[in-house]
This record gives sequence, C-alpha cells and structure tokens, in this order.
Amino acid sequence: MQHFKVKLFAVTNEAAIEGAIPVFHRWIQESALPGVLVDVADYQHVPNGPGIILVAHDGIYSLDTFNGKLGLTYTRRTVLEGSDLERLRQAVESVDRAAALLEASPEFSGKLLFDRSRWEVAVNDRALAPNTQDTYLALKPVIEGVFPGRALEHVGERRELLRVAVG
Amino acid sequence: MKASNSYWKESLAGKLPEPLGSELDRYDNEVQLKKQGKIEDKVFAETRLRRGSYGQRYDNGQRNDGKAVRTLEYPQAATKGPNTLFDAPGMQRIKIPYGGMNAEQLEVMGELAEEYSDGIAHVTTRQDFQLHFIHIEDAPALMRRLAAVGITTREACGNTVRNVTGCPIAGVCKTETFDVTPYAHALTYFLLGHPDCQGFGRKFKISFSGCRDEACALAHMHDLGAIGVVRDGKRGFEVLVGGGLGTVPQQAKLLSDFIPEEELLPTAQAICRVFARLGEKKNRNTARLKFVIQKLGIEEFRRVVGEERAILTPDPLWTAFLKDVPNYEEKPARPPALLQIEGARDIGFERWRKSNVYAQRQEGFATVTVSLPLGDITADQLRKLADLARTYVRDTVRTTVEQNMVLRWVSEADLPKLYAELAEVGLGEAGAGTIVDVVACPGTDTCKLGISSSRGLAGELRSRLAAKQWELDEAVRGLHIKVSGCFNSCGQHHTADVGFYGVSRNKGGYTVPHFQVVLGGQWEKNAGAYGLAIGAVPSKRVPETMERIASRYLEEREANESFHSYIQRIGKAKAKLMIEDLMAVPAHDADPSFYVDWADAREYTIGDIGVGECAGEVVNPIDFQLAACEREVFEAQLALESGDVGKAWRQAYDSMMHAATALLSWRMKPVGGSGHEVAANFRAAFFDTELFFDPFAGGKFAQYYFDAHGRVGAEHGEDETRRVIEEAQLFIEATHACYGRLSAQKAA
Repeated sequence: MQHFKVKLFAVTNEAAIEGAIPVFHRWIQESALPGVLVDVADYQHVPNGPGIILVAHDGIYSLDTFNGKLGLTYTRRTVLEGSDLERLRQAVESVDRAAALLEASPEFSGKLLFDRSRWEVAVNDRALAPNTQDTYLALKPVIEGVFPGRALEHVGERRELLRVAVG
Repeated sequence: MKASNSYWKESLAGKLPEPLGSELDRYDNEVQLKKQGKIEDKVFAETRLRRGSYGQRYDNGQRNDGKAVRTLEYPQAATKGPNTLFDAPGMQRIKIPYGGMNAEQLEVMGELAEEYSDGIAHVTTRQDFQLHFIHIEDAPALMRRLAAVGITTREACGNTVRNVTGCPIAGVCKTETFDVTPYAHALTYFLLGHPDCQGFGRKFKISFSGCRDEACALAHMHDLGAIGVVRDGKRGFEVLVGGGLGTVPQQAKLLSDFIPEEELLPTAQAICRVFARLGEKKNRNTARLKFVIQKLGIEEFRRVVGEERAILTPDPLWTAFLKDVPNYEEKPARPPALLQIEGARDIGFERWRKSNVYAQRQEGFATVTVSLPLGDITADQLRKLADLARTYVRDTVRTTVEQNMVLRWVSEADLPKLYAELAEVGLGEAGAGTIVDVVACPGTDTCKLGISSSRGLAGELRSRLAAKQWELDEAVRGLHIKVSGCFNSCGQHHTADVGFYGVSRNKGGYTVPHFQVVLGGQWEKNAGAYGLAIGAVPSKRVPETMERIASRYLEEREANESFHSYIQRIGKAKAKLMIEDLMAVPAHDADPSFYVDWADAREYTIGDIGVGECAGEVVNPIDFQLAACEREVFEAQLALESGDVGKAWRQAYDSMMHAATALLSWRMKPVGGSGHEVAANFRAAFFDTELFFDPFAGGKFAQYYFDAHGRVGAEHGEDETRRVIEEAQLFIEATHACYGRLSAQKAA
C-alpha cells in the first residue's frame, strides 16, 4: 500500500491553531523537517477542516480539526519504496517528529500536547485501498507491526478513505 | 505522484465518453513525454492549460521564506512550462457549466480533493471548482475520474471559451423571462473544442441571465452576455459583447436587443470567428474581445459579425437542442409543502432562513444557499451535501459566482430538517449574499500573480463581521465585499459595493502590502456599473477602513439610498477623505505588523525579492512624487465625473508623465524637458531595458503611458478617457512596484 495518512490526536481540542502559521513558516526557514517544504496555507475558516497546513513535496502536514478532533496529520503524497510496514512507519515517524517540534515551539509550549496513545491510520488512495473489510484485514497486520498490542477499529462510512482508529 | 494512476487508466479504459477518453490518453502520454523532455516547454504549457492544469505560486522553484529567497530543491529538474518545474504543485481548474452538479459528481469532487489535493475543493467566482497543490502526473487520473461522472476540464484555462456561467436560480426564479439553462448547456457543448474557437489570442467568457435587473450572471462583465428576452411570444436573447474586468474594466456593449433562440449558437459562432480573426495575438494584454470592439467601434463590430454570420455553413447543431428544451424542466424529490409554524423556532434557523432561503416561483418550494467560507468545502462536507441532494432534492445543485452552492427544489416544510443537517457538518452558516459573504480570489495563497493576500484579508473581514453581523443595520448587512489579490480582478472587486485589490507600497526601504479601495460598484443589473479606486490603504488597516465606510454610509445615507447611489452622490473626493487618514503606514520599527500580510508570518515582499534595510531613513522624494501622481489621477476621475472630459484626459496623462519623471529622477537624478523627452528617456531607461516590466504583465503598463503619449493633442471621448484614467492608475501602481523592486536590488 502507498499514501498512508496518519493522525496523532491532541489531548484536548482547546489550542488556538493559528499559532501554527508562524511555526510552519519557521520550519521552512530552518528546514526543520526532511524533504522539500513548499508553503503554508490557512484554512481556519473551514469548520472541521484542514486547519493550518504545511505543504511538502512528499506529503502534507496539517494541524486540523477533521471530524471535530484536533490533531496533527501527515498525508503521504508521493510514492515511497519499501514494504508496507516501512511506508507506514515513515508516515508515523513524520507526524511524531512534527508533533514533538510543535509541542516544543514557543507558540504552543504547554498549550498543545499530543496523546501518543490515540492515532488514526488511513490510506489516501481508494484504488489501492478500497474501504472494505477485506482491505482492513489486509492492513491490520501492518498497523499491528507499527503499533503492537494496540486496539484497532475500522471507522467511518463506506465512502470515506479506509480509516483505522488506533487506541 | 500517486501509485494508482495506472489503475484508473486501465479500469476506466473504454468507459469514458468519446472523444474525451482518447483525448485523456493523449494527454497522459504528453505528460510522460514532457517528463522526458521530449516536448517543448511553451507547447506543453498551452497543452496543459487547455486541460485546466494551471501553474501555482513558487512553481519556478524560488520562494522567499521571509528571510531569504530559498530554492525549492525538487527531485527532478524537468519542467512543465517556461520557468515552471515539473514537480512543483499546480492548480487544477474544473469546469462546471452554469454551476450545475449532481450528487455523484459532488462525491467524486470530494474524493479528488482528498486524494490529490489538500482536502479542500474550492468554488471559484466563475462557478468552476479548483483543486490546489496537484501534481501534474496525477492530473490525467484525476481527469479520468471526473470524465467518468460527466465532467470535463477541457478548455478550463488557456486561450479558449472558458466555463459558461449562468444564473444559479434559473428555472426557479420569480423574475426571469424563461429558464436559460438549456441554452447555456447547448452553447457550452457546441463551442467546446469547436474549430472556430481554437485560434484565440486570449480567453473568452460567456454568461447567461434570465433577468436584466438582477445580478443574475453578471452579463455586463462578459465577452458575451446573453439575457433571456421574449418578444411577441418568441424566446430570444439580448446579446451584450466586449465586457470584462481585468486591469481595464469595460462594460459590455449591446450587440443586439433580440436574437431569436435558433440564432443564438450561430451568432456566438460568428462572434468567435471574428474574435479569432481580428483579435490581437502577439500582445496578450490587448487581446480580449473588448479591445477588438474598442478598435472597431460597436457599429462596425456588429456589421462584421453580421457578415460572418451570413457566410457560415449551416450546422444542424444550431437548432438540434431546441427540441430538448422542455426536458430541462426539473422535478422535485418531494412534494411541495409550506413551512409549518410550530411556536418559536431556533434563532439560528430563522436567521439562516432569512438570508439563505429563496422562495421559488413554484409555490411550496425554496432554493437554499449553502454558504461556503471563501468558497472552500471539505470532502466530508461534499459527501454530506450529496446525501442531502439525494434526500431533499433531485440532484439539483449548482455552484454560484459568490462562491457558494445552492440546493434547488427544497420542499419548504423540509427547511428545518435540512438546516439542522447542514449545520451538523458546518454548512449551516447564515449570511449568504450579505456583508459576511466575502468573495475572494486565491491571491498570494496560491496564485502566481497575487500581490496581496486576498484570502487572508477576506477571512479576517469575514470573521470580524460575522461576530457582529446581527447588530448591523440592514443597509450595511446587505453590502457586498469582494477582494482580488491584484489588478486582474478575479475577485470581481469592480462589481462590489466595497471592493479591494492588492497593491504594494514602499516605506523606508520596506515593501508594505496594501489594498486599493474600490467603491460603488453595482452587483445588480448584471453588474451594471463598476466602482472606481479611491486610494490604497495598508492591508492591516482594511478592517478599520471597512468599518469607517460602513458607519459613514449609515450616518449619511438618505432614505433607502443604496450604497452605489450614496457613493455617486457624495462623489469620489468626499469618499477619499473618509479614509485618507488610514492610508498612513507606521515606520517598520514602530509597528512591524504592517509589513506582514494577513494569514502569513513572513515579512512581506513582492516578486520574492528581499526587502531593503533602510528602516528609519528619511522619506525619499519619489514617495512624495508618486503620492502627487495618485492625487492627479484621482482629480482626473473627479473631472470626468463633472463632465470635463478634456481636463480629465490631460490630468490622467500628466499623472503618468509625472510618475515616469519621478522614477527617472530617482534613478538617474534631475530630469526635465518636454513630454516627448520624458517619454523617450523613460522608454530608453526602463522599457527597452525591461526594468519596468512586471514579472507577469511584461511591458503592458508602460505601453499605457506610451499609447497615451501618442494621443496627446487628439480628441478624446468619454470612454477613452475613462479607460486612460484606469490605465494611469495602473501605470502608477507599476511605478510603485518598479521602485520597490529596484530599491530592494539596490539594498541587496
């Protein structure tokens, strides 16, 4: 599978996400994340939307409120070599690294904390991963490889991307 | 690039309508050939534009990060156009003729926004959808998925017939002459890919309206605006031609007050042929239809079109669609029923009903406007909207030029339930068509031409106004605000009560984002009048400017006076006085926030050139001189309003000559002499060297000055003078920009 989308939820929904605008711009200035960091966009006006996004060549980071839950998401856009496990691990590490940087930034210090026991894994490609029980079962061992011992739940409705809550 | 692109090619092979399927196969191959460097940049650029694949900001691989210009090190060195990197994300425009969509199409739009873009689908000011941050290699798969549900991106950009727009309530409107939808549909597909429309020097925009007096489809700002008319019981159209906004806005002129329905398609074909034949091809800045009409005059244009019409080979398609016109009548999903009054209702619902619900001419039915902030909608919201379109209406959804969507044929009794379901997914916002419903083009967010952050400003205005919208007087609540990121007017600022377009100014060696304030445009009467610029305020002072304008209007308006009439009555001079104190910019040290645009954190620059470092130095004389030029062009507007056309023309010309003199003096030290000498010196120093050239518009603005100089001593009509005043304003803006660029280079 390709194009994993991984979200790490915040402990609460309280943080003012506009603080991500200067943080993401600074990351571009400082090349704080690997890869080509392109630009920042503000979608705070969209309810339960992408919030503030950082567009990179390989993927998009968003401090978003999709489904009414604040979290940091990394969505892989380009093809990645390796096994499914390695691809998922890359996405999880990307979001984890960015989350740690956000938590440490002066704009969010003490105001935004992520709950590393609550994740969501999705596959952002309906052709490669149609949202069916079969695909979920195929994906399950891959997720278990990255999150051993965690409870998994296939969530969302059939038209959505295949989404798995990791608790 | 997505790993599934080949899957879509294979799984949809043979299932797409022809010739679209074959065309997309060819396009896919062209993308691959371009990747291998086997197609010339210019050729591929036009190829992808004709498929709706646009460039996006920073696609030249350079971006100012607020401290320095940074090279974006994409993996591939390949390009997809001149100075446009193959790997750089781009924008995909998707044509939605007259905004008409069904539930399945909404769902696919959501899937594409999620899988290829940033999770957002964006409704434009011409009823299109746009997806941003798209990889060019994904475009063919995306297009195949659209084609599978009956949507094409063909000719969404480039020198083509663009999306044909139409009134979103056509067919359910209480004041229309008849439903223009079948005609908009027929003309769309008749001209799509038509051989007579392939040789344009520039784009060509068409709209359909059912009423003359409503905003409808803004006929006056289109190359071809068709307004439904019935004469002696027979359907036909009033046809307007040569309208447009852009740098020099032009109201369309009347080609014919009645063209019978069977003549609509051949007449449009004849106009297209004339445009292809006589339109400018080399200089894109003078290549729109309005310039052909300006050159020929409307009488001669009418004669030439008539002549062209007479020699057309008859085509059965001209009238074949007429037999299908009755089939366009829409059917509701549920029976008509009046809204039941059941005691006190939720205040949110009542507010929403007041602003977002339109009682159709068909009793018991309503059209509901779904407000989309800045035209943005998520994939989840699109899916929910698709569900609602199936439950409450029969696929009768349309996008609007105010960047919203409408659901037509809602049984009135269903309104409370529908509202509740919309609100559940954040789509139940009230205020459609009011002051909070701020329209904005993409601006500096993603557009290569953007000067200031139109979306940032619109978002700020929207959130401030939303907080107090219910305290506002009805007259103020009803105002329209439209914002463009630059002079190209994609936000349609000329047609708003209060419009803004992005410009920049220099202050102490720093560049400051500004917006020109444009007052008194008329949305109604099919964009019946355009506003005029009264002065530029710093971006960060726009909200205060808006408040000032609104409160003065409220204090000074006469009974039931519209904003348009109010501005006409008080005149531009008084209007400018209203905001003059807000034009000042504090020094960088005093308030650096003025030097950062809305929704951004970077120090502002234009053209990705770093700012200078002369904060706190004394004001350069050129700043004063350019301010004087702005005053001159403003006075030219006043002279025109008072009917002194000759004086107005002279002042507009003088303002350009003085701006040129100011730039020459700043660059080369004292310059004097006659108008001829100034023009010659300016040409040698700034035009021939291309120093004055706008990165995208090239030498267009300098040409305005030279053209006016060539007309010194001639007779000047009112239309010409109005145009020269607009051009003078733009020349002065370009002078500011040139001064800013050269200052920054000097400082570096």
